[in-house]
Amino acid sequence: MGSVGISPRPAYSGLAALAALALTGGLVACSSSSGGSDNPGGASQAAGGGTYTIWDPYPQHDASSDWVKLLGTCGTKAGVKVERTAYDTTDLTNKTLLAAQQGNPPDVLIVDNPVVSTLAEAGVLTTTEENKLDTSAIAPNLLAAGQSAGKTYGVPIGANTLALYYNKDVLEKAGVEVSSVKDWASLTSALAKVKAAGKKGITFSAIGTEEGSFQFLPWFWGSGAQLTKLDSAEGASALDLWTDWLKKGYAPNSVINNTQTTSWQEFASGDYAFAENGTWQLANAKKTGFGYGIIPIPAKAGGTAPAPTGGEFVAIPVQSDTKRYATSQQIVTCLTSTDNSFVTTTALSYIAPTQQVQDKQVAENPDLSVWVEAVKAAKGRTSDNLGTKYPKISEPMWGAVQAALSGSKSPPQAMADAQAAAATATQ
Amino acid sequence: MNHATQTPATVPAVGDDGRGDRVWQHHRGRRGAAHRPRSSQWAAWGFLVPIVIYLLVFYAYPLYRNVELSLRDYTVRSFVRGDAPFAGLANYVKVIGDATFGPALWHTVVFTLVSLVFQFTIGLGLAVFFTRHFPLSATLRALFLVPWLLPLIVSASTWSWLLNSESGVVNDVLGVFGAAPVHWLTSPDWSLWSVTIANIWIGVPFNLVVLYSGLQAIDRSIYEAAELDGAAGWRRFWSVTFPLLRPVSAITLMLGLVYTLKVFDIIWIMTRGGPSVSSTTFATWSYRLGFGNLLPAFGPGAAVGNLLIVAALACGLIYIRVQRRQASS
Repeated sequence: MGSVGISPRPAYSGLAALAALALTGGLVACSSSSGGSDNPGGASQAAGGGTYTIWDPYPQHDASSDWVKLLGTCGTKAGVKVERTAYDTTDLTNKTLLAAQQGNPPDVLIVDNPVVSTLAEAGVLTTTEENKLDTSAIAPNLLAAGQSAGKTYGVPIGANTLALYYNKDVLEKAGVEVSSVKDWASLTSALAKVKAAGKKGITFSAIGTEEGSFQFLPWFWGSGAQLTKLDSAEGASALDLWTDWLKKGYAPNSVINNTQTTSWQEFASGDYAFAENGTWQLANAKKTGFGYGIIPIPAKAGGTAPAPTGGEFVAIPVQSDTKRYATSQQIVTCLTSTDNSFVTTTALSYIAPTQQVQDKQVAENPDLSVWVEAVKAAKGRTSDNLGTKYPKISEPMWGAVQAALSGSKSPPQAMADAQAAAATATQ
Repeated sequence: MNHATQTPATVPAVGDDGRGDRVWQHHRGRRGAAHRPRSSQWAAWGFLVPIVIYLLVFYAYPLYRNVELSLRDYTVRSFVRGDAPFAGLANYVKVIGDATFGPALWHTVVFTLVSLVFQFTIGLGLAVFFTRHFPLSATLRALFLVPWLLPLIVSASTWSWLLNSESGVVNDVLGVFGAAPVHWLTSPDWSLWSVTIANIWIGVPFNLVVLYSGLQAIDRSIYEAAELDGAAGWRRFWSVTFPLLRPVSAITLMLGLVYTLKVFDIIWIMTRGGPSVSSTTFATWSYRLGFGNLLPAFGPGAAVGNLLIVAALACGLIYIRVQRRQASS
């Protein structure tokens, strides 16, 4: 579920689009796949002469956006016409699998990073050996999400990740110096001070979907735990941290049902000292009307915790006509070249996947430096050669988080059960 | 819900219309047809073909595919290649052995039965209430239809805001009366009740409308006769209204059952079936297996979906049985 951390309105964006359509009297039934698409018929023309199809999960960018204009330019440079179709993120995976089954996948596919290994497993994507894409400049920690069994299946177009937003006014009133927040203990004592001052501590999203796992991972990895062993003492300590916050009232009970969007709405109310959220909320943060700052998520013993990477990969699906790869490769190279990467990442509000462009981004917008640091420390969910095992571990993990936070199991028990479930599923 | 309006109309026809007469007429009509020229037979087939194709393409084939999906061991790879090995009932065995099966079954039963009982009782109460004409009764009745007219996403989102444990209106109101806040959506003890309450609210208008039209069909003179015999109030309701409403009640409950069994949107939007499966029903479980994960499990997802279809079918057959018995007695 790429819902996690791509568009400015993850997960809920599809629902919100539906709601909006429904409210304006549109047809709910056919809205799910048509959101923002420029050319609904594009899929069927994959084999057409000089036309190349591109599918992306950015329905919020319409034909007049910089992103879509860039697609057109890159097509022209490669000497072909580009037909772009935008799908809702959750829809895109299934649409791609179906298209591959029918033998008419798009020429270029832009897809959420944890899905890459699933599509690779399905045999839908070409490797960089086949499609000749150059990945040498890409940061290895970002590229890892698209690698499995020594093969690389695409190029990250940009990355985002999680950090802690804080409300300056609330912290000031509570007498908390943000620089003192360096590890879990200092964060927890800051939350205690905030609560004592009559404000609310921290909000995050622990919903029972991939989004919940996405938000839990910085704490899980920050404890030193590994996804291959959920029930380690470290893993349980991460869950214990969250459970403890809920018990003491440092975090609201609503986190159990919060998506990242509803969690952000809580923070935007101005009552909360901290919120765990992503790069994509930067524009909204400026609209809140209170002073805010951003710090990396601290690891248990201090330092920056590895947060999971969000953001998409550009990949070239397998075609029956392999001659098409050369042109597709030109289009992708154009999209990810140093010059255009800056345009792309700015348009999509991402951090660039290469050092060179990251430096340029920070030079233009110093606010981004904390995000660049966070992205450098970040880790792909499917990395460590987990690939398609990750979804089978992630589901029991978010289940454990839900069970512990709602009080139905103790953190160590919840993690032990999750490990048992994950072990059975990944056998 | 389209069929909802059609089916009740056919119920009385099967019931107590002069049966013998009709059958005879029908029979004669058929014989006549046999002697007509061929062309009209071709025309008859011509009229039949579109509906048959429609049924095959939109009903039979998807059903067949769903059964086939549930009998094969699909991975994403074999889904794309179309070479998934036949697995027999392995998916069903897996699903039934799953830790989620027991709770999901129990939640489905509780959710469906509690929803039905309250929707029907409240709907019937309101329908009887609205048979008396009073100023603004039509306007009020129209207002009661609002939950039905709202798109489910809107009503479900609204309910989830109302019931939010931090900032929800319901907890604020409870607070005024000094009650402790209830974690409606985030406590495993409450989540199923919360989605059930929302579903009851959404289902009342349907019951109201169908039962109201059923009440309109009862002959006034029977009430007058009952009144002459001295029946009033409860007595009149139990001895006249309720028995005469039975066919309509049966179809209302039947449709309500099928509709409630497959409720998905409300639960998914309000709780995602959580916290930790505490509000998961077969419908949300099936969706989670098939689409709610990065790695879709099509086979088990289809298996759960099929179990739901079988449950609805079984209830439908029981309904038809009961109807036949009533008609023949």
